[in-house]
Amino acid sequence: MTTAPAQAGWRFRQPSVIPGFGLTLGFSLAYLTLIILIPLSGLVWRSASLGWTDFWALATDPRTIKALQISFGTAFIAAAVNVVFGTLVAWVLVRYRFPGRRVADAMVDLPFALPTAVAGIALTTLYAPKGWLGQLLMPLGIKVAYTPLGIVVALVFIGLPFVVRTVQPIMEEIDKEVEEAAATLGANRFQIITRVLLPGLAPAIVTGFSLAFARGVGEYGSVIFIAGNLPYKSEIAPLLIVIRLEEYNYPAATAIAAIMLALSFAMLLVINLVQTWSRKRYG
Amino acid sequence: MADPEIKSYEPHHESRSAAVTESRPVRITLTIVTLAFLGVFLLLPLIIVFKEAFAKGVGAYFQSLGDADTRSAIRLTLLVAAISVPLNLVFGLSAAWAIAKFEFKGKAFLTTLIDLPFSVSPVISGLVYVLLFGAQGLLGAWLKAHGIQILFAVPGIVLATVFVTFPFVARELIPLMQEQGNGDEEAALSLGANGWQAFWYVTLPNVKWGLLYGVLLCNARAMGEFGAVSVVSGHIRGLTNTMPLHVEILYNEYNAVGAFAVASLLAGLALVTLVLKTLLEMRYGAEIAATRGH
Repeated sequence: MTTAPAQAGWRFRQPSVIPGFGLTLGFSLAYLTLIILIPLSGLVWRSASLGWTDFWALATDPRTIKALQISFGTAFIAAAVNVVFGTLVAWVLVRYRFPGRRVADAMVDLPFALPTAVAGIALTTLYAPKGWLGQLLMPLGIKVAYTPLGIVVALVFIGLPFVVRTVQPIMEEIDKEVEEAAATLGANRFQIITRVLLPGLAPAIVTGFSLAFARGVGEYGSVIFIAGNLPYKSEIAPLLIVIRLEEYNYPAATAIAAIMLALSFAMLLVINLVQTWSRKRYG
Repeated sequence: MADPEIKSYEPHHESRSAAVTESRPVRITLTIVTLAFLGVFLLLPLIIVFKEAFAKGVGAYFQSLGDADTRSAIRLTLLVAAISVPLNLVFGLSAAWAIAKFEFKGKAFLTTLIDLPFSVSPVISGLVYVLLFGAQGLLGAWLKAHGIQILFAVPGIVLATVFVTFPFVARELIPLMQEQGNGDEEAALSLGANGWQAFWYVTLPNVKWGLLYGVLLCNARAMGEFGAVSVVSGHIRGLTNTMPLHVEILYNEYNAVGAFAVASLLAGLALVTLVLKTLLEMRYGAEIAATRGH
């Protein structure tokens, strides 16, 4: 091995014959800074300049705390529902052959493509007391529209493709021989699924959960129509930001946004750690 | 055919495959549960949009689409997408070139930053521009003194849309170009092409389907964005109302046919996007393989 002497020192980039590094990186960084970084740091600067006492007063406002609880709580439940059904959907799409499978597969991406406001009014119409589904659930005593349950339904809709599309490619790569080996060694189907297949899928499922959860926490368009938006009952944090903005209460809006961002990032960090751990544990 | 050997082999074969798949009743049950779930959660919302849009007949449907405010909402949505999608397209190509073709310090961090808008609530994406350009904002007084209107006007709507659709093209292209490597470009350069020619005649044809894929998703989100745009738009009818915002206004006015008529256009856009996306995955799966799954 001959090492070029120049490589001994620290260098910003590896040499390459491809041109255009300065231009493309410069443009990308300038655009990123203008569109994303400056506006976001404006938010951080604003909340920092509130001062600790003011910030704490705004953050511990009971309505704010309740809205945050509702946003994070419903997003958690919806992501958990999506872990179960998303994994099931992925399993059926990958393993079974049935008429209409391709259409069902393509349909999974609908929540990515359908504007959230459209999803919002469609779900509300379906689950309203006189709607197709509301009518059926009403006699059972289940109210969906204009309750926190409605928020969960909207977030299940929004989050489903995140779980399916994260788990599906990993499932496709599973080597059938591993299952056969487990079977030859005397494992039954239940043992194979819980001890052999699920551990391998766990990191993907956790990723899918975290993506669906993060999306659900911030979701606005599909939720506000179906939620009923009663303060302390079914008012989500993003809506409270909008309400504070309409009152020209910028400090309150900023504080809620800063808390949401901080909580989301903390959550993503924890999930990343869990993932690293599960990768190490199950390889 | 009445060979006893074959007969005795059959049950054995059955039990062997049963170990690596589920029994038939279980398979059928799971398939039915899955289809029922997808039907209730995905198909029904789509059907209800068109059902409600045509609830009072075809005439009422087209009449509500012909409304002046609706038409101006459609025009604004097309305008906003026509500005923000090309901006993010150029950024996506540029960022993918820098990240995929070169090795440099801080690359992973830069890639994380590009994905940042995906983990920010759309409402916060709008809020950051209000804090910057609003009357009480950092630049508010200066903008007012110079008579520049960003918030509650088209520039603000475009900025918020660019923010939320920022990662789409870049995140499709980066893995794809990384997978393709630098070999083709190096060959072109050694044959005397300049950098621009290598990009135009070699890289671009190599990534065109992945690029189209990213643009498709970027456009769907740009036309359908609600939360971020809602915060910066000011909801001025006929002026700063995009199609999704117009859906909200009509719906809140109990104009169901009007709201769902506009919604049906957006749902149609979503369906076209899904069909094109599926076709791209089927025909050019290998060429956009690195991006499969989003």
